[in-house]
Amino acid sequence: MRTFDYTQEVPVVEGQPSAKSLDEVVSSPLDTKPGKIWKILITVTTLMLLVGAGALVWTFYKGIGVWGNNQPVGWGFDIVNFVFWVGIGHAGTLISAILFLLRQRWRTGIARFAEAMTIFAVMCAGIFPAIHTGRAWLDGYLFPYPNANHIWVNFTSPLLWDVFAVSTYFTVSLVFWYIGLIPDFATLRDRTDNKIKKTVYSIFSLGWRHSTRHWQHYEKAYMILAGFATPLVLSVHTIVSFDFAVSVIPGWHTTIFPPYFVAGAVFSGFAMVQNVLIFVRQAFNLKHIITINHLEKMNQVIIVVGTMVGYAYAMEFFTAWYSGNQFETFTFINRALGPYAWAYWTMVTCNVILPQLFWSKKIRTTIWTMFIIGIIVNIGMWFERFVIIVTSLSRDFLPSSWGMYTPTIYDIGILIFSFGLFFTNVLLFVRTLPSVSIAEVKASVDGAQPSHRGGHH
Amino acid sequence: MNTKKIYSIGGLFDTPDGITKAAEDAVKEGYTKFDVNTPYPVHGMERAMNLKPSLLGFITLFVGLSGAAFAFLFMYWVSVMDYPLIIGGKPFFSWPAFVPVTFEVTVLSAAVGTVAVMIALVFKFPNNSHPLHDTNYMKNVSSDKFGLNVVYIDPLFDESKVKDFLSRAGANNIEVIYEPERKPLRVFDPKFIGLLVMLVLLTAGVTYFTLNKLLYMPPFTWMAVQDKLSSQSQNTMFADGYGMRNPVEGTVARGFTPYEFKGQPDSVVKNLSNPLPFTKENIDKGKLRFDTYCSPCHGYYGKGDSRLNGQFPNPPTLHSDKVKNWSDGNIYHVIVNGQNVMPSYAKQISKDDRWAIIHYIRVLQRSLNAKDSDLETKKQ
Ligand code: HEC
Repeated sequence: MRTFDYTQEVPVVEGQPSAKSLDEVVSSPLDTKPGKIWKILITVTTLMLLVGAGALVWTFYKGIGVWGNNQPVGWGFDIVNFVFWVGIGHAGTLISAILFLLRQRWRTGIARFAEAMTIFAVMCAGIFPAIHTGRAWLDGYLFPYPNANHIWVNFTSPLLWDVFAVSTYFTVSLVFWYIGLIPDFATLRDRTDNKIKKTVYSIFSLGWRHSTRHWQHYEKAYMILAGFATPLVLSVHTIVSFDFAVSVIPGWHTTIFPPYFVAGAVFSGFAMVQNVLIFVRQAFNLKHIITINHLEKMNQVIIVVGTMVGYAYAMEFFTAWYSGNQFETFTFINRALGPYAWAYWTMVTCNVILPQLFWSKKIRTTIWTMFIIGIIVNIGMWFERFVIIVTSLSRDFLPSSWGMYTPTIYDIGILIFSFGLFFTNVLLFVRTLPSVSIAEVKASVDGAQPSHRGGHH
Repeated sequence: MNTKKIYSIGGLFDTPDGITKAAEDAVKEGYTKFDVNTPYPVHGMERAMNLKPSLLGFITLFVGLSGAAFAFLFMYWVSVMDYPLIIGGKPFFSWPAFVPVTFEVTVLSAAVGTVAVMIALVFKFPNNSHPLHDTNYMKNVSSDKFGLNVVYIDPLFDESKVKDFLSRAGANNIEVIYEPERKPLRVFDPKFIGLLVMLVLLTAGVTYFTLNKLLYMPPFTWMAVQDKLSSQSQNTMFADGYGMRNPVEGTVARGFTPYEFKGQPDSVVKNLSNPLPFTKENIDKGKLRFDTYCSPCHGYYGKGDSRLNGQFPNPPTLHSDKVKNWSDGNIYHVIVNGQNVMPSYAKQISKDDRWAIIHYIRVLQRSLNAKDSDLETKKQ
């Protein structure tokens, strides 16, 4: 039987590749013609985009009456998908910022990719509130600016906090990501002979010269950004949870929501990043940079936050019973036994029960098992948002105003659109930008730092 | 002989240890204007090069605090001063509700500010035509070598001495880097300016078209076209083709009390007294209602000077002895029941408003027939 020595750090990058070979490996998807698999995948995702775009255009033309949203369920797929996608984004910032501050060096290989996924996920999330307003072309009014109508936004509304949180999150993630890309753009610029590529890389590298006089400020700025991104990522899902917690609907009005939502976000985000990483390392020959060890660590995070989410589910029931509040109690009984019980039990199975399989080392280090569990977790997390939103709204205080919610094909179409957008972006990203941070990986190969300083610190 | 100006002399090193040592040596030799270029940040290099610590953090602090203060004060100004709105019965200044936005704006401004300052001031953006670019030196340090170059502005700069220093330090590829030939700026080229003008016009045109025209073309109907009853247009839903409906027979409006003296003789009504106190507010309200409902026929001063140009019989003046001597109840009776050709105003004017109008009529009567004694009172 193999034994594992947990006191010894597994090397971040396997097999001590030379810096030159890292350049080669990382930039090869950028320099070679796309392969067959990639072409098939991009065809599929663009088709998803097109089909979804049809649903979107029809919504714009006809109005949001074509959706399943009704009275009393005024928040349907639109908000479910919004919360789902914002959650996916959280893994990226967690990996790139929090693990950076915690000096978890295993993050280097996957950070760039995870950040990119954050940006794409927040883009997908942004679609939903924007179209949920009904007339998306008037969304400029979401921002407080001096306008001809002389009115301002309501600064005491959680929905407005959301506008600020999500747009800040997007901007800061983008800046963080771009800052990380600058040295890699410079490296690409100095490698390529292609004139167009050279011009593009020159523009984006901002004249970077790998100078220590710049590195010094650069590292400081990176630290500062990581320092800001950390509370930011926690605040974003907290504020998203305020959309619910600040209301008075039974099942929403609870103080457990912020931590519960953040844990859920990390849970689904890690599952998504893990899934996409598996695909990338397989397709682009990055197995020694994105190692099994990385994936295993991600799976360990998944089981930790998954268990936290399970605890939150249990706690919600306990609070409902302990509060003695009849509406609260009813809401939770209704979740487990009411008309949406199927959704509730899907959620529990996918989020609480199945991820427990990761306790087995074999399962969490085998590619296909972890891939499947990753997908299952995301399905479960999507259902979690569905359960929270739809069950609470469909049956609240007055039985006379209860109602059921059924999505229409347009709702499903727009959900498909968002997946199409996400995966198209991911696919374009892996072929146009270095999906692994070249500079950071070079810096963490064994022997990359002066020996008398004791190597890494 | 090369006539180009030398920018710097650089040497390449293979290992992080080698470059750290070389940087320490360069400091020992007294060089100050030299730079170390490495494909990734090498730990301890700032110390080896004797660089001052980065001050970016202070910029972050300053921008972040300014952002926080701006956000908070702005929300205060909007919610308390410029447009106070009662929301959920909360005070206008509910500071806990301002916390999330303040936090987000702080993070946004601090993060973007730090990066903008770094790119603009530290990297001196854009610096794409730096002499180091496209040299063999740059190509190597971009990938796997570590380079040290001494720039010509260093007081100790001397071509042969620097080369000598680099080879002593163990550099294995010493390269002289020249200033690139500067071409005159082409921004004033008429073609370029023409392009800019075109771009400006195009952007302005497209923006104008989008915001002022496109948004008002179908399908952007701004909800003007809807399947709904609209009161002034024809409607197929009802047999009579009208969109506007009369209320069902016997409908009573909210707050409406039927006239309690309907059809009773004046003598009963006469004894009613005005329940409203004779205050400025009531008089002001009375004036507003009188000007709206009564003045078209009775004139703004109640003199019977109708503005209806004879389309309706002119009423008598309200300053007649008859009306002056009437009790308030009599006037009330006329408003509610009408009198001969004057229709009833019971439907349009609420109870309180009627009494307010009567106060105002009294004011008019008094003001147009002031007695000398009024002046005396005023004088005192
Ligand atoms: C459509 C025009 C019209 C409007 C509006 C109107 N009146 Fe008259 N009013 C008349 C006419 C005409 C008479 C004379 C009726 C008659 O022949 O006895 C009159 C008579 C009166 C009289 C009795 C005067 C008298 O000498 O017998 C009073 C008091 C009076 N109106 C008060 C009001 C008040 C108060 C209002 C506003 C609520 C009002 N009217 C609105 C047309 C109008």
